Amino acid sequence: MCRWKKYKRTLLQPSRIETALRTVMTLKPKQLFRQLVSWAALLPLASTVLVAYLGTVLWSLNISFTNSRTFPSDQYVGWAQYQRLFDNDRWLLSLQNLALYGVLFIAACMVLGFLLAVFIDQKVMAEGALRTVFLYPYAMSFVATGLVWQWLLNPGNGIQQAVRQMGYPDFTFDWIIDQDMVIYTIVIATVWQASGLVMALLLAGLRGIDEEIWKAARIDGIPTWRVYVSIVLPMLGPTIATVFVLLFTAVVKVFDSVVSMTQGGPGTASEVPAKFIMDHLFGRANIALASAGSMVLLLTVLALVAPFLYARSRARRREEQA
Amino acid sequence: MNGNARRRRLTPARIGIYAFLLTAALFFLLPLYIMLVTSFKTMDEIRLGNIFALPVSVTLEPWTTAWSQACTGVNCNGIRGGFWNSVLIAIPSTVLPILLGALNGYALSFWKPRGANVLFAILMMGAFIPVQVMMYPLVRILATLGLFSSLPGIVTVHIIFSMPVMTLLFRNYYLSIPQELFKAARIDGGGFWRIFAQLMLPMSTPMIIVAAIMQVTGVWNDYILGLVFAGRDNLPMTVQLNNVINTTTGERLYNVNMAATILTSMVPLAIYFFSGRWFVRGIAAGAVKG
Repeated sequence: MCRWKKYKRTLLQPSRIETALRTVMTLKPKQLFRQLVSWAALLPLASTVLVAYLGTVLWSLNISFTNSRTFPSDQYVGWAQYQRLFDNDRWLLSLQNLALYGVLFIAACMVLGFLLAVFIDQKVMAEGALRTVFLYPYAMSFVATGLVWQWLLNPGNGIQQAVRQMGYPDFTFDWIIDQDMVIYTIVIATVWQASGLVMALLLAGLRGIDEEIWKAARIDGIPTWRVYVSIVLPMLGPTIATVFVLLFTAVVKVFDSVVSMTQGGPGTASEVPAKFIMDHLFGRANIALASAGSMVLLLTVLALVAPFLYARSRARRREEQA
Repeated sequence: MNGNARRRRLTPARIGIYAFLLTAALFFLLPLYIMLVTSFKTMDEIRLGNIFALPVSVTLEPWTTAWSQACTGVNCNGIRGGFWNSVLIAIPSTVLPILLGALNGYALSFWKPRGANVLFAILMMGAFIPVQVMMYPLVRILATLGLFSSLPGIVTVHIIFSMPVMTLLFRNYYLSIPQELFKAARIDGGGFWRIFAQLMLPMSTPMIIVAAIMQVTGVWNDYILGLVFAGRDNLPMTVQLNNVINTTTGERLYNVNMAATILTSMVPLAIYFFSGRWFVRGIAAGAVKG
């Protein structure tokens, strides 16, 4: 505060203003124009940041404290919407689903992606073809992913029926219509879609590791798996952190795949927060409750992502200083 | 990695490696295989047969039905309308974000106007804001501007949501270009726009290709933004696909559904198969944001 005042005082000294004005005046019109041009070029960026990012977040924050229904109202009700939100069984269920889904999805993608990357990195035949096969689902939309797996897991005509026809009449695989199991089917489908991405990023990381480390480990007689666990994994730390953040943002966003695969059902068994918010924004005309939900989602993201961004910017600064 | 010293004999360990990779490959290929065989079967065969079986009599009818007769709600014109809508959305939503991203990156890394770095930092944080937070306010803003439920509206929304990645891609790319080059161009009398258009843009061709691959794929695969912002007349292919499959009443035509799913995935899959390494490069470059 004090520093700001001092800064203001020195800044607003008449003599300073005069010099500032003089500098501007002495700038050739052409130079002045060039300064302005670079700012003008950033106008789309500035307006996007101020209106579309900061503005909308503040707007939603504001609405979450009102009793708005279809249209924004200016009647403030304090934390009532948040209370209502956490009394809402559907919201609590969606949070629970998100947590379960998130842990399983991230863990499965990481493990599968890491194993694929390590095994592909063993100088195998047809490496290019294998990589293509593992990554192609990532080019497909979540909607298409959801629809394909809906068809595969459909108990009447899908895998269950096929296995029964092969002579196992008691085989049951009906998770998609089972309220307790349906969330796992969404994990399967989205892991299929996204683990190739993890593989690609980790493989790039593995290829970046110095050959010398492998030579040294071999001379010391350290078993390969041990090198991977104790040396390679820690060295991949930054890549793994990046992958984690990518997967985490995908978890919070999960919507398309649920809508296309189960529509949140059976019942509300596969409800997720993003869908809850969309339903209350557009279907149920309760924008205040929806905004409160979106704020909870935003806080969750910030709580997990901010430390990561902070750590990385510090690491970068240290790098620049070194 | 392990250097050339390692011999490539078929040891049990290597058999294990191949067994794992082949099993994984089967898991990844299974849905594609099922989609393809289902789309060539007749409904009778699907009802009685095995999902893994090859079609007994190959029929192309599901494909033509999906393209031009499948019903989305009340009208039965197939998903070709969605295809053209997606094309119309994807072209401006690729060109404009790339131009803006390049412009932002250029101004941020060479001209460095005061305070621009703060904007850039907020923009990078903005990449993590869940869409749902921004959804309703954006609807209101676009409605006020008269752009809601229109082609310019959905393009604007794509520009907004792609700006963090596009700006970051080009900023990092331009930061790797020596400042001397820029200074030389300044001394030769180049102005802001001239250096951008005649020097920097032509130099960024590799980045433009990477950005275009990312952006076309991303816009084509988008569902939620198209659903909310495009409006009834501009619904993209993904939204129509979901409508065909999940809102149709009566018997589900699985063969038509799978043909429609493949048709919808065709564009990003083609980009992926033909662009190969560029696609992976885009993922790696875009992942830096994470």
